[in-house]
Amino acid sequence: MSETFDKKALIVGGGVAGIQAALDIADGGYQVILVERTPSIGGHMVQLSEVFPTLDCPQCILTPKMVMCGQHPNIDIKAYCEVESVTGEVGNFTVRIRHKATYVDWDACTGCGQCEQKCPTKAPSEFNRELAFGPRKAIYSPFAQAVPNKRVIDADHCLKLTKDKCGICAKVCPTQAIRYDQKDWIEEIKVGAIIVATGYELYKKENLTEYASDPDVIDGLEFERILCPSGPTAGVIKRPSDGKEPLDVVFVQCAGSRDPDKHLPYCSRVCCMYCCKMAMLYKHAVPDGQAYIFYIDVRTDGKMYEEFYQRGVEEDRIVYLRGKVSKIFREGDKIIVFGMDTLTGKRVEVAADLVVLAMAMIPNPAGEKVKKILNLETDTFGFITEAHAKLHPVETGIDGVFVAGTAQAPKDIPETVAQAGGAASKVLSLFSGVEKGGKAALKEMAG
Amino acid sequence: MKIPYYPGCTLKTKAKDLEDSAIAAAKVLGVEMEELPQWNCCGTVYSLSTDDLIHQIGPIRNLIRAKEQGSDRLVTLCSMCYNTLKRANEFFLADEEKRDRINRYMDEEMDYAGDVTVVHLLEILRDEIGMDKVKAAVKKPLTGLKVSPYYGCMLLRPASIGIDDMERPTVMEDLLRALGAEVIDDPYKTECCGAYQTVNRKDVVVTCVHSILTSAQGNGAEVVALSCPLCDFNLDNRQKDIQQAYAGFHTMPVLYFTQLMAIAFDLDESVCRFELSSQDPRPLLKSKGLIA
Ligand SMILES: Cc1cc2nc3c(=O)[nH]c(=O)nc-3n(C[C@H](O)[C@H](O)[C@H](O)COP(=O)(O)OP(=O)(O)OC[C@H]3O[C@@H](n4cnc5c(N)ncnc54)[C@H](O)[C@@H]3O)c2cc1C
Ligand code: SF4
Ligand code: SF4
Repeated sequence: MSETFDKKALIVGGGVAGIQAALDIADGGYQVILVERTPSIGGHMVQLSEVFPTLDCPQCILTPKMVMCGQHPNIDIKAYCEVESVTGEVGNFTVRIRHKATYVDWDACTGCGQCEQKCPTKAPSEFNRELAFGPRKAIYSPFAQAVPNKRVIDADHCLKLTKDKCGICAKVCPTQAIRYDQKDWIEEIKVGAIIVATGYELYKKENLTEYASDPDVIDGLEFERILCPSGPTAGVIKRPSDGKEPLDVVFVQCAGSRDPDKHLPYCSRVCCMYCCKMAMLYKHAVPDGQAYIFYIDVRTDGKMYEEFYQRGVEEDRIVYLRGKVSKIFREGDKIIVFGMDTLTGKRVEVAADLVVLAMAMIPNPAGEKVKKILNLETDTFGFITEAHAKLHPVETGIDGVFVAGTAQAPKDIPETVAQAGGAASKVLSLFSGVEKGGKAALKEMAG
Repeated sequence: MKIPYYPGCTLKTKAKDLEDSAIAAAKVLGVEMEELPQWNCCGTVYSLSTDDLIHQIGPIRNLIRAKEQGSDRLVTLCSMCYNTLKRANEFFLADEEKRDRINRYMDEEMDYAGDVTVVHLLEILRDEIGMDKVKAAVKKPLTGLKVSPYYGCMLLRPASIGIDDMERPTVMEDLLRALGAEVIDDPYKTECCGAYQTVNRKDVVVTCVHSILTSAQGNGAEVVALSCPLCDFNLDNRQKDIQQAYAGFHTMPVLYFTQLMAIAFDLDESVCRFELSSQDPRPLLKSKGLIA
């Protein structure tokens, strides 16, 4: 180990896990570099409509934390960036970070949004899960409360960058921030510890060949966007194909999860709760509508979760059907769902207007490269393996590298936040241990 | 390519149209299906009880007959026979003790090691001949004929013996496209036809088949293609009963995929044995200019 020890932390991934860990370390007095690959921190949580079990809006509870991250003197957010390489060891990691070209000078951009307003080009919005309702512009920020509040140009769609036409944004920008000739650039930083919080994605619907690929068969995150009061439909419940209000909505739990023969054997842990939540929110928005949930069993293993589920059954009259869905297909205006009610032993057929598949959570494929660079051990599905399943839940096999959130395993927000706090405290005790006891103390800690 | 062929009982009686058209069409592609000199019933329905060894004897004997021809493969046409033979072999392979007991029971036969692979003609077309070669053999493309493939259960389930993805198979679609037909997707293509319920619960079959056919028609199909004589009986013959149960039901012809191959290869119409169909396909085929 070299003489110096960089008491600075790198956090990869700016979802709620990364945000929480960043704030905890920064509040403890150490510097944090928070790297996020999309233009804004927030992760999947800001895409959600309301969150169980309290039904508060994630924009209300997460954006304050995002803003705190943005303003904290000890936090340096590097958005639209990715980790290129890591060398060294605990205390002395050298990290090369790729700043992807945004084609906007972020020092000059004030976030006024005039460019976005005037840009003539539309493209599917990743933030809105590419739903037909909510396209974005070629120059954009993913959502209104983005942190940092800067714009990026999507080089695949921008007319200037694809066809050397247009150029409107450069004309309207009051601070002349547009840089069509910007290139990626690499920055090198030194840190003493790393937290990997690259989060999750959803298993692709297309993997379930028995379920039709149809605009009205959507995944959970797509429906979250449709339910979201500040989402692309302004909270009005519409189905993607024709914008009609769906009156029969079927939810299919464990879509891809708990299916060792064909898909993924594990339980994604949040789907039981979020299906109940989404069915409830749907019923609040469309009181005449009917929500059906097909389930294997309902797992409500958190504080206030069982009570939440009972409310869904008793007050919102969600129809729970215990059985798997064998087939989903379109017949004219309807989406036909073939299922089984194993409690009565009868086949069930529902002619639905919209079907929501609770697709399994998988590790975010965008995190693959970082895991390889860091040489992190993963399970067969790609979730990062902790150093000990019980006693070292946030440490990894590499000294000075920690894990938080759904990059480790499927989990809900409370657990993600708790684990992020745990990872942060490990970093804090590492840094303050070095500060108070010097290298000897560290050696002892490292064993 | 020569390959021993197991016909099964139905192909010698009600499903002569399947057998004749298949043998003739396969020959065009260089596949000579040689009927086993001796064979017995396939067992008809695979026995699900694990200690019911006697039920496996029938199918296993047929595999031994293939072995005697010096082959480690056996081709079938009927989905039901395919299923029973293939699963019996799988059962036989899975458990050494049971294998031993079955062999000892048939002490007049040579010892069998479970090494005959049962294949369906569709697999040979896809995996060995290739759809390109099928396409090259087409003389009279089925242009404009809207065909909905129907698989039923026996070719696809259980997954361990299925010839294709049991949820969304494509082999028949690929074949029909190679023949020049317009393929119509029917979400009911893997739903059960009612199978042997046809014997004492005709109503069950009528309900199943009504859904299958009206769905295919709703999607624009003019004819259904299949591979199983039992499915064929239910989908073709039972249309008379469907008409009685559902006013306004329109009948439609049902053909074996091999008959469509024979037409596209421009073989003598006699191999198709259209007279065996209960819903005569000839008016439709004539209107499309596919037969004289
Ligand atoms: C439909 C649905 C509804 C849900 N509803 C609820 C609910 O009501 N209540 C609840 O408690 N939980 C809910 N959840 C679960 C909740 O979304 C997660 O627990 C939480 O978002 C996990 O946060 P995270 O930070 O671990 O991951 P993420 O939110 O996925 O964040 C990871 C971040 O890392 C970034 N990243 C990835 N790779 C890289 C890289 N290589 N470099 C830099 N950055 C990278 C990503 O862009 C992302 O911003 C729901 C989940 C789903 C699917
Ligand atoms: S107009 Fe200029 S300053 Fe305003 S958001 Fe766009 S790039 Fe930034
Ligand atoms: S130059 Fe590109 S980003 Fe700017 S306004 Fe035109 S299309 Fe939009």
